[in-house]
Amino acid sequence: MELISPTEFAKEKVEAVQDYAVLAGRSVSNLFRHPRYFGDILQQADLIGVGSLPIVILAGLSIGAELALNSAATLEKFGSLSLIGQLVSVGMVTELGPIITGLMVAGRNASGIASELGSMVVTEQIDAMRALGTDPMKKLVAPRVVSTVFMLFFLTIIADLLGLIGGGIIARLIFGIDSRQYWNSAWQALAFRDVFTGLMKPLFFGFIIATVGCYYGMSTRGGTQGVGKATTQAMVVASVLILIVNFFITKLMMAILGAH
Amino acid sequence: MAAPPTLIEQPVKFTQDSSSPVIAFEDVSLAFEDKSVLDRVSFQLPRGETKAIFGVAGSGKSTLLKLALGLLRPDSGSIHVLGNDITQMSERELFELRRRVGMVFQESALFDSMTVRENVAFRLMEEHDVSDEEIERRVREALSFVELEHTMDLFPSELSGGMRRRVAIARATVTRPEILLYDSPTGGLDPVTSTTIIELIVKQRDVYKTSSLMVTHRLQDAFTMATHYFDRKTNHMERMPQGMHCELPMNFLILRDCKVIFDGSLLDLQETKDEYIREYIS
Repeated sequence: MELISPTEFAKEKVEAVQDYAVLAGRSVSNLFRHPRYFGDILQQADLIGVGSLPIVILAGLSIGAELALNSAATLEKFGSLSLIGQLVSVGMVTELGPIITGLMVAGRNASGIASELGSMVVTEQIDAMRALGTDPMKKLVAPRVVSTVFMLFFLTIIADLLGLIGGGIIARLIFGIDSRQYWNSAWQALAFRDVFTGLMKPLFFGFIIATVGCYYGMSTRGGTQGVGKATTQAMVVASVLILIVNFFITKLMMAILGAH
Repeated sequence: MAAPPTLIEQPVKFTQDSSSPVIAFEDVSLAFEDKSVLDRVSFQLPRGETKAIFGVAGSGKSTLLKLALGLLRPDSGSIHVLGNDITQMSERELFELRRRVGMVFQESALFDSMTVRENVAFRLMEEHDVSDEEIERRVREALSFVELEHTMDLFPSELSGGMRRRVAIARATVTRPEILLYDSPTGGLDPVTSTTIIELIVKQRDVYKTSSLMVTHRLQDAFTMATHYFDRKTNHMERMPQGMHCELPMNFLILRDCKVIFDGSLLDLQETKDEYIREYIS
């Protein structure tokens, strides 16, 4: 393996961050410039949103059910099993819903976007697009960013709801809690700050997933091996960034809206 | 069934003074990391001329085309295309200029998720002010030029290598560009298919009088182009009678060790005393 000097390594990383920032900035500024590709936005929304629906439904149901199952033992010790709805709703809406949906969509779509754009780079299709007078940042990047942000928002709402349903099924079938009591407790526990925090997160996560996927795709080098590397890196970096950004958004929202 | 489209055989409309070169490289140098690719390269492509570019693998031939289209930026020197110094232009300004230049890529670079029709229509659709009927007419005309009208609804993966190159030529020529850049259009093709592609390039040259730069490894392709013309009556490429020259000039440019070592006509090439070039063309 070729050794690289620390200076060169640092330069490469700074350059990568700079290139990512330029791509992310242009993906936003291109929203206000003509031409706008509504057809491509719809097509991507279908691929990213509708395509991710089965996995998000399954993950939401499963996480909600497991949250209810695992927290029930502790609540039972304190004789507070009736609070299970409250725990599932706050946990799903503020943290687990956005995070699980973000990670699922990152795994499926950041890698998908990177491999699609990476393949286009190595087969000179991106150069061909530029040669034909079309800006790939407008035609390929901007629609993916808009669609991912938009669809992740709704996918998160679906995951939250299915998490609550999953928790409700476990509470009713295993612990014999009345459904009405579960939903009342779940509903009443939710404050504005919980819902607001939970719905802000997918907007950031969607932006991260699309821009990271596009960045690694567009900067692919080295043929099919490079495409494979870009795909893996996109998924890993998007997932790590989601976890880090999630912490800071939670902290920021607590500072702005106040903690529980 | 719709009647086959008729080729409108008229030269492309020029947007610049006819006496000035359509492409001019002046002392252009480029290096990737520490490896020099082009070193103070200068040449001109006069209007109406076809220039074949030769050189061993890795001598910077394809890079030259990408520089001419502004897909790469030189480290130093200037490149004028249709009177514009493209080294001073922003990417957005370049998108406008590129609409007047067509490029056929080495491996065709067709959009694999689009049909042949959508590939050829891509540039017209991006202009947003061309009607669907006009797009359909021009796509049919471009595909009929390369004799591939029947493939309109196929995807690139369903075509042979030669057919993909022909679709790439149709895509590059659908808007009647003033300049055409061919990057190894016959690379990796069998001799029969290569001749078909060269015939199309000669047809494009003689029918539409388009200026072009053609990168190739195959000397015989360039020699064929220099010694043949397109006969519109027979709709085939024919050998020029002895002593006759092509109506449109055909020149040769050879790169070696990042520099231009030859830039001249077929006659100059045959009479050169340079040992390397003599060995190269033998």
